[in-house]
Amino acid sequence: MDFATFLIQCLNSLQYGLLLFLVASGLTLIFGIMGVINLAHGSFYMIGAYMAYALAPLVASTFGGGFFATLFVGLVLAVILGYVLEWAFFSFLYEREHLQQVLMTYGLILVFEELRSLIVGDDVYGVKAPDWLAGTIPLGEMMTYPVYRLFISGVCLALALGMWLVLTRTRLGMMIRAGATNREMVQSLGIDIKFLYRAVFAAGVAIAVFAGMVAAPVSSVYPGMGNQVLIICFVVVVIGGIGSIRGALVAALLIGVVDTFGKVVFPQAAGVLVYVLMALILLWKPDGLFKAG
Amino acid sequence: MATRGKLLFVVAAFVLLAAYPYVAGQFGVDLVTKIMIYAIFALSLELLVGTTGLVCFGHAALFGIGAYATVLLSPENDAAGLWWLLPACVMAAAAYALFMGALSLRTKGVYFIMVTLAFAQMAYYVIHDTKIGGGTDGIYLNVKPVLKVGGSTLIGLNDAGSFYAFTWVMLLLVFGLLALLLRSRFGRALAGIKANEQRMRATGFSTYPYKLAAFTISGAIAGLAGFLFAVKDGVVNPELLSWHFSGAVLIMIILGGLGHLRGALIGAFAFALLQEFFQSEAVFGAFAKHWLLGLGLTIIASVALLPRGLVGVPDQVRERLLGNQRDRRSTTEHSDERT
Repeated sequence: MDFATFLIQCLNSLQYGLLLFLVASGLTLIFGIMGVINLAHGSFYMIGAYMAYALAPLVASTFGGGFFATLFVGLVLAVILGYVLEWAFFSFLYEREHLQQVLMTYGLILVFEELRSLIVGDDVYGVKAPDWLAGTIPLGEMMTYPVYRLFISGVCLALALGMWLVLTRTRLGMMIRAGATNREMVQSLGIDIKFLYRAVFAAGVAIAVFAGMVAAPVSSVYPGMGNQVLIICFVVVVIGGIGSIRGALVAALLIGVVDTFGKVVFPQAAGVLVYVLMALILLWKPDGLFKAG
Repeated sequence: MATRGKLLFVVAAFVLLAAYPYVAGQFGVDLVTKIMIYAIFALSLELLVGTTGLVCFGHAALFGIGAYATVLLSPENDAAGLWWLLPACVMAAAAYALFMGALSLRTKGVYFIMVTLAFAQMAYYVIHDTKIGGGTDGIYLNVKPVLKVGGSTLIGLNDAGSFYAFTWVMLLLVFGLLALLLRSRFGRALAGIKANEQRMRATGFSTYPYKLAAFTISGAIAGLAGFLFAVKDGVVNPELLSWHFSGAVLIMIILGGLGHLRGALIGAFAFALLQEFFQSEAVFGAFAKHWLLGLGLTIIASVALLPRGLVGVPDQVRERLLGNQRDRRSTTEHSDERT
């Protein structure tokens, strides 16, 4: 492997890891704060990718189009979706056993998949990146790297930074962190826990949808994409330690590197590496790398 | 449900299953054979999840190992002896369960769920990506195993009828074995671990060997189900080890109602029959293609309306009826009695 290839793989790892982080951060927050195992989280990623595909022509005809207009419309829809879902399907689950939540969210996965199939169909679609991001930049003498992938990494980093600012520097963030540490105490301090739950859930959904939308041009859009992401994101959440955003970031980058380089160096064993990594880490630290609380 | 009611239900279920082939056609016999295999698989998971409180999300790996062992150990163009093949497949699954359990039991809760998934995924990728199991296409079982004594065939599994009978006996044996196990000191210890592991340790139980034993027994039974599945279809593929299948069996036992052996039985039947119903083109026409939608909505409705699973339905109905007749206080008394 020469240096340029190595660099490209590093950039790919970073991009994949950051994307995973976006989806996993919502999952870990929802898990850490509300104690809900949300299997449907991967579906939000899938919904995002399909929105990027299906909304683009609609947005183009009403607002004159543009990638960012589509992103914006998608985000607004995602927040509404998250808010309504929390109200309709999750608000009565908090008191129930974990396994009841698993059953419910499994049902939601099936419903989302089939609705997707009814509305958009079962074909694989490509989504075009905006023209000004479609180019490549040269790396070394022979290699080039697509600008759009750099754009994804940049956006993810910005979002991660934004999330960090909100979580550590604002009152809302303080309540969220407190909620992740001790739910009952937050409630007894007079904080409206119902609103907090709904806000966190809507934000988690929106971030996952956003991740799906920006990933659509590189990953293309296909049935079952949500399930694939879901399992990897659970791996990320568990390695990082449930409820820990910092852990999710470290774990996501780690998985990004292991998976990307695994595919290059050991193509025969690429699939299994991530799980070996998880098993080793959990045997070494049974509560993940950074346990919250 | 009172003890006699439970017993009556189980006996009635097994009698009905025994009588079923005499009234059903080939399709029905085939379907119910498949469901009985699922029921054995679901029972194996119930021992872990419902009884011991260990949520295993990698059970399909044990099922798949049992199934793959059946095909891989059978001679290519000759019938294997049932007397050694069946125990060998069960042992293969139990051995992986012992390995998987020994390591994953170091973790707890959601971490345990994910470590079991990890070990299952490892087995999945080994089968999926290497040549030993025929890769993604799977492999065929050319000749089904038989039990021969002195040259005459005692048990042949070739025709659907005798295979149905064999599966029925296996289901009965597994159910009986687990029912006895749960009444034993060992079963009580498992229930104690589920209720409060710390207290169990404080009373002098070393809980780890109990949990590991439960995991291994559960793996062996899952392997048995895998064996039956491979013999029934005569073909195995990597999807038998996939996490989708681990998820589906978990859904079966939750749907049926955790903490009861008959819940696993009911759940397996409910899940498979719902699937069959929503897939039926006779009922839904072209919409049957989207059968998962109906299944998903039914699952969501069952979580919202039946918090105790299908097993809890008679209690729920009774409470509702009694609630109308009696005053509020006696209703709560009644529900106390239940727990």
